[in-house]
Amino acid sequence: MLRYLAGRLLRAILTIFLVIAFVFFVLHLSGDPAMMILSADAPPEAIKAFREAWGLDRPVWEQFLAYLFHALQGDFGNSMRDGRPAMQLVLERVPSTLAITVPAFALKLLIGIPAGIYAALHRNSLADRLTMMISVAGFTVPSFVLALVLVLVFSVQLGWLPSAGSDKPTSAILPIVTLGVAGAAILARFTRSAMLEVLGQPYIRAASAKGLQWRKVVVEHALPNAAIPTTTIVGFMVGTLIAGAVVVESVFAWPGIGRLLVSAVSNRDLAVVQAILLLVATTMVTANIIVDFVYGWLDPRLRRGGTRGR
Amino acid sequence: MRALHGIDLEVRRGEALGLVGESGCGKSVTWLAALGLLGSRARVGGAVRLEGRDLVGTPVAELERVRGRHIAMIFQDPSSSLNPVHRIGRQLGEALKLHRGLDGGAAEAEARRLLDRVHIADAQRRLGDYPHELSGGMNQRVMIAMALAGQPDLLVADEPTTALDATVQAQILELLGEIRRDSGMALVLISHDLGVVAENTDRVCVMYAGRIVEDAPIDTVFEAPAHPYTKGLLAALPELDGARRVLTPIAGVVPEPWNLPKGCSFAPRCDRRVDACEAAPPLPTLREADHRVACIRA
Repeated sequence: MLRYLAGRLLRAILTIFLVIAFVFFVLHLSGDPAMMILSADAPPEAIKAFREAWGLDRPVWEQFLAYLFHALQGDFGNSMRDGRPAMQLVLERVPSTLAITVPAFALKLLIGIPAGIYAALHRNSLADRLTMMISVAGFTVPSFVLALVLVLVFSVQLGWLPSAGSDKPTSAILPIVTLGVAGAAILARFTRSAMLEVLGQPYIRAASAKGLQWRKVVVEHALPNAAIPTTTIVGFMVGTLIAGAVVVESVFAWPGIGRLLVSAVSNRDLAVVQAILLLVATTMVTANIIVDFVYGWLDPRLRRGGTRGR
Repeated sequence: MRALHGIDLEVRRGEALGLVGESGCGKSVTWLAALGLLGSRARVGGAVRLEGRDLVGTPVAELERVRGRHIAMIFQDPSSSLNPVHRIGRQLGEALKLHRGLDGGAAEAEARRLLDRVHIADAQRRLGDYPHELSGGMNQRVMIAMALAGQPDLLVADEPTTALDATVQAQILELLGEIRRDSGMALVLISHDLGVVAENTDRVCVMYAGRIVEDAPIDTVFEAPAHPYTKGLLAALPELDGARRVLTPIAGVVPEPWNLPKGCSFAPRCDRRVDACEAAPPLPTLREADHRVACIRA
């Protein structure tokens, strides 16, 4: 078990390293921050001074090694725009993003999973078709379109909710709903197909043949099995808690990580982009590890060390 | 699509009945239909009487009390008939609670006894195992133990050994015979293998394309088969002793359920076919008191 854990951790670290390296080289080879920060018509001396100050005149690999060296000590560089430590700038935005992504995540689970189960249990019924129709609409309509529709209805027409910003407690509602609906739609579809797959298994028929009530067959035999594939998509959703709201934050002018990422990328504020992507990679990788453990807990066939030979 | 075309079948208390036929002829569906296990989209007509009580159209709650307690079923693929995420002990315990109201220690003791009964060694440890930790044969023993938990009057074994290798197959059939002798439970053995049925049952019903074409005591079937299909099955069976002979296959294939001939379903493959065979499906008629055949040429 310890060896498995260590191996898993090593792989996680390798993944994060690869993300950092990839992002670093792509960012450094795809444009000059000096031009963006200082504007393209700045005097050549100023640009030269800026590049020297940020070490941009050195070879890329040398910059990369320096970045790694500092990162390992917890220094992720400073924002080129306001000079503050990049990681601090990013972490400040985390609570604001979580304030919409966590409730949205709860919404996805609370709507998506029951809807999927219900649809599967009433396959081909009107309710099933309706759920799946809404679900298809939910994940094919881009989130910015849904966001604009919601704004049009609830802010412009009805005047119930603010259309943007974060100054009122009600400001969070539309971003949360926008994020939640799309996720719930995906989850409903996924849960439905996982349930249908399980309901077709011989052990479900065998449990019924045993005389078990249908409700118990569903709760005790079908759901624990359907939870296994559903965990994958839920785990992925946990991974997107930090950076899954880029578009929605931009549309609603919500001061979270997503908006910071958009402005940092367009300004070529390298250290900030790096810090955000490092954070995203870490959450994703962590979510994946958690999913692996949940798998082992849900599915005895995947447990290591616990299996005996026949 | 019609899978069955009127199945007239009787199982007496304590009897061992074989149900033989090719894949897709309706052997399993007959019993799934009787127990209401075909799902809500299937339509089942006629009557299924259990000690005089009709099961067709009874509320599900009542059927649930019949399933497992009066009529238990075991299936072809034992390893996928057990829930992969629950321990053997829990799955057995579920049946014991359901049918015998046993709980906790009493249930565990009975579960252990049942595993002993189906000759699983080290029962205590096996209760804590998951199905994937057992072999196919062991899982089928667990399925049988689970069926015994309800002390049923009838056990329907749907191809119980098809997924198992030959030695294990023999052991499982032996076990079923032994349990039947001890408990007086009736057994319906569904199989595509006439040999398996011959050794383990008293009477056999031969099915073809959703109908029973011949119903007779096992000896009669082997000594004086009447239906051309039964004869064909026997001719395709190799003999262990005697001179070597070329096996005779039945020409042609089973018609698709949605494309059955108007008359006798077997007529297109039958070497004794006459024009009258194609007029209407032949009705089962008694040849002897215990021998029924559905063939106008028999």
